[in-house]
Amino acid sequence: MTATASAPNGAPAMTINQLKPFYGKRQAVKAVDLVIDPLKITAIIGPSGCGKSTVLRCLNRMHETVLNARAEGEVRLGDENIYDPAIDPTLVRRKIGMVFQQPIALRTRSIFENVAVGLRLGGMNDKKRLAERVEQSLRAAVLWDEVKDKLTDAGSALSGGQQQRLSIARTIAIAPDVILFDEPCSALDPISTLKIEELMVDLRRQYTIIIVTHNMQQAARISDKTAVFMVDRNEDGPQGVLVEYQATRDVFTNPQDSRTEDYISGRVG
Amino acid sequence: MAPAQTTREGLWERFERRTQHGDAIFWGITLFFALIVIGLVVAIGVVIFNDSALAREKFGWGFLLGTDWSPIDTDIAPASFGAWPAIRGTLFSAGIAVVLAAPIAVGIGIFLAELCPVQLRTPLSFMVELLAAIPSVIFGVWGVIVFVPFFTTYIATPISDTLGESIPWLAGPVATGRGIIVAGCVLAIMILPTIAAITRDVLSLVPNTQREVLLAMGATRWEVIWQAVIPYSRAGIIGGIMLGLGRALGETIAATMLIGNSTRIEDSLFAPGVTAASLIANELTNVNGPLHQSALVSIALVLFAITFALNLIARLLIWYVNRGAAQGGRS
Amino acid sequence: MSILSSAPANYGQRKIVDYIMRGLTIVATLIAIVPLVLIIGYVTVIGGGAMSIDFFTKTYEPPAMSDGGFSLPSNAVTLPTPDPAVPVDPNATPDPFAGIDLGGATGVTPVDGTQKGEALSAKAQGGVLHAIIGTLLITGAALLFSLPIGILAAVFLAEYPSNTIATVVRFCTDLLSGAPSIIVGVTAYILIVVPFREFSGVAGAIALTFLMVPTITRTTEEVLKLVPESTREAALAMGAPTWYSTFTVVIPAAISGIVTGVMLAFARGAGETAPLILTVLGSNVISFNLLQPIAALPLITYRYTESPFPGENTQAWGSAFILMMLVLVVNIAVRLATRNRLSGR
Repeated sequence: MTATASAPNGAPAMTINQLKPFYGKRQAVKAVDLVIDPLKITAIIGPSGCGKSTVLRCLNRMHETVLNARAEGEVRLGDENIYDPAIDPTLVRRKIGMVFQQPIALRTRSIFENVAVGLRLGGMNDKKRLAERVEQSLRAAVLWDEVKDKLTDAGSALSGGQQQRLSIARTIAIAPDVILFDEPCSALDPISTLKIEELMVDLRRQYTIIIVTHNMQQAARISDKTAVFMVDRNEDGPQGVLVEYQATRDVFTNPQDSRTEDYISGRVG
Repeated sequence: MAPAQTTREGLWERFERRTQHGDAIFWGITLFFALIVIGLVVAIGVVIFNDSALAREKFGWGFLLGTDWSPIDTDIAPASFGAWPAIRGTLFSAGIAVVLAAPIAVGIGIFLAELCPVQLRTPLSFMVELLAAIPSVIFGVWGVIVFVPFFTTYIATPISDTLGESIPWLAGPVATGRGIIVAGCVLAIMILPTIAAITRDVLSLVPNTQREVLLAMGATRWEVIWQAVIPYSRAGIIGGIMLGLGRALGETIAATMLIGNSTRIEDSLFAPGVTAASLIANELTNVNGPLHQSALVSIALVLFAITFALNLIARLLIWYVNRGAAQGGRS
Repeated sequence: MSILSSAPANYGQRKIVDYIMRGLTIVATLIAIVPLVLIIGYVTVIGGGAMSIDFFTKTYEPPAMSDGGFSLPSNAVTLPTPDPAVPVDPNATPDPFAGIDLGGATGVTPVDGTQKGEALSAKAQGGVLHAIIGTLLITGAALLFSLPIGILAAVFLAEYPSNTIATVVRFCTDLLSGAPSIIVGVTAYILIVVPFREFSGVAGAIALTFLMVPTITRTTEEVLKLVPESTREAALAMGAPTWYSTFTVVIPAAISGIVTGVMLAFARGAGETAPLILTVLGSNVISFNLLQPIAALPLITYRYTESPFPGENTQAWGSAFILMMLVLVVNIAVRLATRNRLSGR
């Protein structure tokens, strides 16, 4: 259940080298170079259209599941390049999980089965072990107390905030190294949002977390480092570009790039 | 489909709005013709129900189980009307058709909706739908002249020679070649497009988020389909299979040409038989008396009732799936 | 732990299952395409081989007689007389067809690789002009009945889409289009053939109406819904009553779609056999009288498929060819037209 290492030295960092996401012929974001610190929360912020979700989805090779989409460049987890042709994307996604914007419960499954789906895919069929892991995951996602008596109820019967925590439980059940969050709270009410934020800060102890958010205050509240993307309008059309990447405190109090400052003070975006 | 331009007004509000332009007549006329459409179905029901009265009153429900269909009085025995040979032939041939067609057609639907390269999707869908447009008499003539000899030589005879020794319903001899199984096989081909098209349509309605969740867990493409997409659209697929079953039950001409038209009940399913539709087609115009006709119409009534019920349930299932998807699904 | 080494134990197995199942769906699609190709192929080759001027201009001619008297063709079926010298096993199930080449009886050799080509050489005698005329008349009359019902019912569905009657009408069109065609034949038989004691083309036309109305209603409703509301409103804004707007503006705007529906309905109706068996009976002479029995193409195919005369078998295939061409041409034309309409706007 614990991630690959509880000691910071053992957890792999993610290194992004010249990552270029494409939709067809159009390069959506200028080449990105970024190093993600392990066991920290890294936020990616920026105005809409700057490609932050696109970049995030490249980190677990979900970007290429869309028609005509591809990515060039390197993304290393530890010292393995996830874009290495020898590596199957399905294996990558077990190590780098993702929680989506829409709280999603798999509609035909019970709460228990929703959490267990990744474990079953991996071949775990032993009832006892499944029950243990499901309980662990639900506890870690701060959902156990609310659902422990109705594990066989339909997953879709939960509220939005609960379903999002269910998605988190489902993701951590298979023990990834990194969890990617794609605007996880934008469909939730403020109270559920706070709960999820607390959860993420807690999860940081065991997982490297990268969160895309359009909510700057959220980034300021919970993240250790922040990457700022902006939209660059050049002749070929709008293109996303990474403009700043620092410790969160510094990004918000002492931004290096003028575009960052414009965005943060609300003049742009 | 069409954009929702006409707002969801009640009939009365619409009527009121329209009659401001003096259009009560317009409403009345179109309503009249709409009611004619309903009337067509009602007419079928009423006519068949009435004309079968004689046999229904005489035989009651036992009619359905009677195993002897001999419409002609002979010196040995009087005429006897038992519908079981026809019902048995119908059920078995349609059953074989669905058992063969359903997995293949669902596979086709999966391929067209999930796996097919985009450029091929339209042409392949078109070809599958073309299969549905071919008149059933053409399936009949092709079946009789081309398929039956092939089936007899390469499938029926080998099976009846080997498995048929121990399994009575696969026994030979497979002389004329026509029979319940071969009819079922051709029927299967005929209902493939129905099930495949509906499967493809309901699968395309599954929200992409369901797929992404499974993908993000490291599922293979097949696992995404099998574990997320298909369970979500289960009801619609079953509806499609039911419609396919309805088609197979009611198919007349191909069945008549391929079933062998023998009202004798034999153990082997390779042997000739008769279906409800083929019996009616063969005998209705040459009846020996009103009881014979009434018995045949009773069989028609049973057929109509079953296809009516199947259609109703299938449409409800498909409507339920479409409605769930249209509301965005809860997830 | 590296990515590769963290693969779950069943990884290899899952990949194999993935490939196999995806491959099976391709196989399934081929299983649908292959019969389509085979049927179109056989009908085209055998049926197309029957095409000739005669085929389209002549009517029924009885099988050729060599000496003025009636004689069976040389490959006709005769049941063997049991050889009295051979002891008969009382427990054996007699197979009346033992030793008979049934393929030979139909004049077309079964395709098992032994003999080919006989079918192609069996010349059709006479032609099917009477059947072509019959089919055109019957289907045309059915179209005449179905058009007003289908179009006006569709207008109702498009104008008042959300009430109980509309829902029931839609269910009825689904039911009718999927209903066993024999049932429709039975209804027409009881309603018309029996009371008038006569098979007739009109009875067949009425039977086909049941099957053609749903097609017309559904396609017309769809295209009517596609006409933008602004088109309707434009006419109404000038003070025109709704019926005027509908008939002079909306329906003309949707006319191409309506024509599509009509063509599909015609192709469907022309190919139906079961209703005609019970209502029209068929005929061997050219006739334009719909109040009497009349010939029809599907009946030719149905009845002549199993004829002992090879010439008639060829006619069966020939009629099938004509029907199939009709269906294919209509369906392809409709597809092309629809695609243009959807992308052109």
